[in-house]
Amino acid sequence: MATSAIKPKHQRLVLLTIALVALIGAGLLAAWALKNQAAYFYVPADIVANPPEAGRAVRLGGMVEKGSIKTAPDGLTIDFIVEDGKAKVPVRFRGITPDLFVEGSGVVAEGRMEAGGKFVADNLLAKHDENYVPREMANMSKARAAVAETK
Amino acid sequence: MIAELGLAMLWLAAALALLQLAAGAGALTARGGELAGIVRPVAVVQGVLCAGAFLSLITLFLRTDLSVKLVATNSHSLKPVIFKLAGTWGNHEGSMLLWVTVMALCGGFIALFEKRLRQDTMLATLAGQAFVSLGFYAFMLLSSNPFERLAEPPPEGNGLNPLLQDIGLAFHPPTLYLGYVGLSIAFSFAIGALVTRDVGPAFARAMRPWVLGAWIFLSLGITAGSYWAYYELGWGGWWFWDPVENASLMPWLAATALLHSSTVLAARNALRAWTVMLGVVAFSMSMIGTFLVRSGILTSVHAFAVDPERGSFILALLTIYIGGALALFALRASTISEGTRFAAVSRESALVFNNVMLSAILGIVLIGTLYPLLTEAFGEKVSVGPPYFNPMAAIFFVPMLLVMTVGPLLRWRDDRAGRTTGRLALPALAAAIVALGLVAFAPVIKPLPFLGMALAVGLAVASVLPLIGRDLRRTPLPTYGMVVSHLGIAVALFGVGSDSAFSIEKLVASRVGETHSVGPWKVTLRDIEPVAGPNWTALEAALAASYDGGSPSILRTQSRNFTSPPQQTNESALHTRWNGQLYAVLGEEADDGRWQLRLWWKPFVPMIWYGGILVGLGGLLALIGRLSRDIKRTRAEAKIAYRRERQGR
Repeated sequence: MATSAIKPKHQRLVLLTIALVALIGAGLLAAWALKNQAAYFYVPADIVANPPEAGRAVRLGGMVEKGSIKTAPDGLTIDFIVEDGKAKVPVRFRGITPDLFVEGSGVVAEGRMEAGGKFVADNLLAKHDENYVPREMANMSKARAAVAETK
Repeated sequence: MIAELGLAMLWLAAALALLQLAAGAGALTARGGELAGIVRPVAVVQGVLCAGAFLSLITLFLRTDLSVKLVATNSHSLKPVIFKLAGTWGNHEGSMLLWVTVMALCGGFIALFEKRLRQDTMLATLAGQAFVSLGFYAFMLLSSNPFERLAEPPPEGNGLNPLLQDIGLAFHPPTLYLGYVGLSIAFSFAIGALVTRDVGPAFARAMRPWVLGAWIFLSLGITAGSYWAYYELGWGGWWFWDPVENASLMPWLAATALLHSSTVLAARNALRAWTVMLGVVAFSMSMIGTFLVRSGILTSVHAFAVDPERGSFILALLTIYIGGALALFALRASTISEGTRFAAVSRESALVFNNVMLSAILGIVLIGTLYPLLTEAFGEKVSVGPPYFNPMAAIFFVPMLLVMTVGPLLRWRDDRAGRTTGRLALPALAAAIVALGLVAFAPVIKPLPFLGMALAVGLAVASVLPLIGRDLRRTPLPTYGMVVSHLGIAVALFGVGSDSAFSIEKLVASRVGETHSVGPWKVTLRDIEPVAGPNWTALEAALAASYDGGSPSILRTQSRNFTSPPQQTNESALHTRWNGQLYAVLGEEADDGRWQLRLWWKPFVPMIWYGGILVGLGGLLALIGRLSRDIKRTRAEAKIAYRRERQGR
């Protein structure tokens, strides 16, 4: 294409159009992906009411039920129950638990539901210290209150 | 005394910033010519005073002066000196002081060294820099005074978050901040140029070294932060799409786009409005990042301040500066004259494509980072993670990489597509060989790592092509810089692909003396012993690891307990070979004397950070090249002016 064919004004217009199309495209794509992802974070009540398809990566957040942590004989696998006062979800995790992972405290488990209703976690996020809390756990006092009520 | 001195210097610096703004703005009016002379000296003195205030705070931390509130809440007399030093900026107030200091010093440096800008644009730029600084001075002095005294000093300080007590963390934040805040210059330049309608190659050449400098620090800071997350958190990952990480990535993406578009403006006088726009956007991203991190809107390892007042203050600053700059842009954009034309196949087109893709990725990251905040405002909790970011970023990153292989080979203004195809045969061949090799030896590899590794090798070969057939001694340094930076991207990409495709993880409950195999490694748990550090105690596991039957190396991983504040951290152990890294973390004691151990073999993973360093090094080469050329030119011009003067006599 010869340069002289386009006037500067037109070239500016073309560039602007390309940039706008790309950015709007990116925005729409992002909106679409976010809509599909909107249900990425679940609390136990959501999981029971409307379970995500098995194998899809999601996050489950709630309180670790008191007395529910059980370590398997291999020394590495732990089973526990995450609750939010309305529902309970059994979780299995293989690995080194975070330092502040304790019963009765909040936890966010990254992983997937398996056929049979068990949640298999690849990663556990617990409170790091009093300042660092995973975002989803910041408002868990509501769940904590709900759990306390049912006791 | 030192605290009061520091505070006084800070107030004085703020007053000078006000003077700088008023004098700079006044000098631009028809009758304010006499004011022009004071703007530069004021900017220099402001920089010196602000740096003085920062040095005072450092002194207070080094002395552990517990009568100062900030020191008492963030330090401890028993802390190692290096962390006392790092404690200065490891908190909200200190980091804000570092922020204004960098801004003030940048302004001072421009005032001293920048000779190429038109006089009026320079004045507008310095006034703009003062205007932005003033907001941050106000923020510090009114709501987060770092020098506040305590009526009754406590006997001992609170200490520093143990996660931050790491040598990497001592120097990572200032590096990142130099990059973050260095972009304020691009912002001020853009404002200055918009005010005086002086957007042209000279403006781009004047701005470029500053953007380059900020970009080098950002690149290195992000690389260091990623490595810190990798070894200190003990999770073995190097990028988590954490909002705080995104906050540093977004300005980098904008600055990278700005760097390339200012090259087009400097060399070819095109993309004028776009370059100015990017100057505004880049620093806006720094401020949005700061707002996200410091407002308490989200929580993270890096979020110190959970204080709604501070959040609203930063939000107000954000609105004033970004909104103001965008309004100015909207008013003036149509009066910035059009640039030079170029053909569809040309260096310019490739750079425009790179800019559009970078902007798209920036948009994707920004939307993904802000979306949870938005939905939360409507009462719905959502979190956005890797399943969103990875594929979405890849959609735009892959085409950008493809164009990156061709772009540097294209001629400015007008080129034929056919001319480069011959030269692209070699990188294409290299990529194909790697692709075939992966299919043959790693048939189960996932599509993204597969594509990434093949593309990385193709790009690595393509990135050195611009040097072929040139006289290497006469090739300008900025060309070497481009080659090294592009090579760095390829190297990092290869590391990323290899890590996600070939990492082997093994989790065991081990008794002392037992041996476990991880990929080609045999790892034996030798013993577990208590050890003590200056302000922590730990259990340390000694591991003997041998690669492929070779002689064993010893790795030590710890589970540390800090007393003030009480906290436990895992210190990972790393063993690096040319072809990868062995990574070990000690967990808890399981029943019957077995210890949890997590072992990873991560082939070629260090290439991620080597790549990051290469990217920064390339920037440094380009910067040195540009600066030395500038110095030569100013000298030559001075000589000519001198001769003319003598002839005139």
